[in-house]
Amino acid sequence: MSNKNAYAYWKSNIRIVLSLLCVWFFISFVCGILLVDVLDNIRIGGFKLGFWIAQQGSILVFVVLIYVYIYLMDKLDDEYQSRKQQEASSDSQEEQA
Amino acid sequence: MSVQVWTFIFVALTFGLYIGIAVWSRAGSTSDFYVAGSGVPPLANGMATAADWMSAASFISMAGLISFLGRDGTFYLMGWTGGYVLLALLLAPYLRKFGKFTVPDFIGDRYYSRTARLIAVFCAIAISFVYVCGQMQGAGIVFSRFLEVDITTGVIIGMAIVFFYAVMGGMKGITYTQVAQYCVLIFAFMVPAIFISMLMTGIPIPQLGFGAELTEAFGGGYLLDRLDGMSEELGFATYTEGQRSTQDVFFITAALMFGTAGLPHVIIRFFTVPNVRDARRSAGFALIFIAILYTTAPAVAAFARTNLIDTVNNAEYSAMPEWFSKWETTNLIVFDDKNNDGRIQYVADPEVNELTVNRDIMVLANPEIAGLPNWVVALVAAGALAAALSTAAGLLLVISTAVAHDLLKRSFMPTISEKQELRYARIAIFVAVLVAGYVGINPPAYVAQVVAYAFGLAAASFFPAIVLGIFQKRMNKEGAIAGMVAGFVFTAGYIVYFKTVNPAMDNADGWLLGISPEGIGTLGTMVNLCFSLAVARFSPDPPAEVQEIVEDIRLPGEVSAPIAH
Repeated sequence: MSNKNAYAYWKSNIRIVLSLLCVWFFISFVCGILLVDVLDNIRIGGFKLGFWIAQQGSILVFVVLIYVYIYLMDKLDDEYQSRKQQEASSDSQEEQA
Repeated sequence: MSVQVWTFIFVALTFGLYIGIAVWSRAGSTSDFYVAGSGVPPLANGMATAADWMSAASFISMAGLISFLGRDGTFYLMGWTGGYVLLALLLAPYLRKFGKFTVPDFIGDRYYSRTARLIAVFCAIAISFVYVCGQMQGAGIVFSRFLEVDITTGVIIGMAIVFFYAVMGGMKGITYTQVAQYCVLIFAFMVPAIFISMLMTGIPIPQLGFGAELTEAFGGGYLLDRLDGMSEELGFATYTEGQRSTQDVFFITAALMFGTAGLPHVIIRFFTVPNVRDARRSAGFALIFIAILYTTAPAVAAFARTNLIDTVNNAEYSAMPEWFSKWETTNLIVFDDKNNDGRIQYVADPEVNELTVNRDIMVLANPEIAGLPNWVVALVAAGALAAALSTAAGLLLVISTAVAHDLLKRSFMPTISEKQELRYARIAIFVAVLVAGYVGINPPAYVAQVVAYAFGLAAASFFPAIVLGIFQKRMNKEGAIAGMVAGFVFTAGYIVYFKTVNPAMDNADGWLLGISPEGIGTLGTMVNLCFSLAVARFSPDPPAEVQEIVEDIRLPGEVSAPIAH
């Protein structure tokens, strides 16, 4: 009965994880390593942008990523649980009928 | 009061605290001993994970390394923090839902195979052991320099403390001492950093001072511009520009990230929280607590480098402050007056350069170089000890659980009672402390080098096996075993080849695809993945009940505390 629900949950979970990992890859490997010299042409105060992302900015983004993940997954878990309860109660109603 | 008296006071106070916690948190069951009864709140677990993770290397060596590597030092910063994103998104919640005691537990049950479990036990012990030796050495060095006892005595004191709380309290004792150790080490790291940032830029937040203008006394101008200018003037590489090839930096960063996510002593910390939500939450806390140190370290590196060059270059040798001669006696600063002018020439050209500075002393000597009060200098010693001991304890626990739980209880002596298992776990930790202490006192030359490679080995063995075990339902034991063995052997072989068999070839031209041994773990991970997927395709699917386990760990739901089996 909850197979469909479980499948939908896992699919959304994979989507969340993959999109967050794209940001993770972009900020660390693309901005912090591959394009670092290009970004260094932009200056913010005493920092070159590429250097700042590599040594500080990426770490801050990592923290934000984990918190976005916690928020989205908590929401997804709640939806899953309430749908499961709904199904359970409609099942028991059917049985009574 | 002198630095030494202050150091004695701080070390005695913190050690007293750790022992007090150990007495308070005695472990009564195997569940207490292995996973602190799965009752650790996420905030406390976050702190404990941070202390567990930040070792003597993070505390003592990292800022110093960055200060000499400049932008190339980035791979430590990103690699050792970015791995937590992988850990939080790909491993921690699922392993918590699985609800067992150890990493070999997961590998053995998920891959329904004693062989897989034994391979995992071997990898866990090998990785943890090379890592723990470095911690003991680190503790010994701090003792010998700050308390002026010899290294042997230092290591024995360190061993006795770890032994006391690890054997008595197991994971429960270790967790709560790690919480205390985190507070000690972060305080000890931040206080000098804030002082120095105030002194040099007038800004009390080191992360901002890093990009700010220097005060008049330090010559004005942006700190990083000044540092770039000074470096170029003396012939060193420009601080904010990279020297290593892009692909090498890429591979090293990835190896450190995958390795971080695959280190057993970090993974088991997520078994100690009550449920899946708390596992996610404590990964968030852990990274915040780690980020406080990791965003400060590059600032400290730049401050220290600027300060060092300012203080020593072209200065009269006889006018050097007290710290200079103190570190000279340890041979970590060496001055050789080649042109006999009584001044220090500190330049890149080895023909002219007269000063060699060991990079490990940058954090330890930094407060002295900046002329900070004695109690701040002493605080750094207590912080370095907290960092070394907390990591050592976490690693020793992995070794003891691998022996008592995975090797004896789950593989060879399944009939032993919980009480006997607990006794074996304590004996195993006792033996591990002795061996680690012995190696700390008599370090074989290669151990210090090998520590950095523990990451590559973890990346190439555990990380793919666990991720595939969760995300690839059809992954079977044949695939996982082939992958772990191939990844481990490939990575270890590459490192051993360049470090011991043929060190002459250990340069960019000799390396495979220009990847240094530090970064080879990334390729090892790929090797593991390819072998796992290929072998799994041509061998039977895992049994239905294993596939059900995988379905179950993917879904949210209540988990109970792991039950002794």
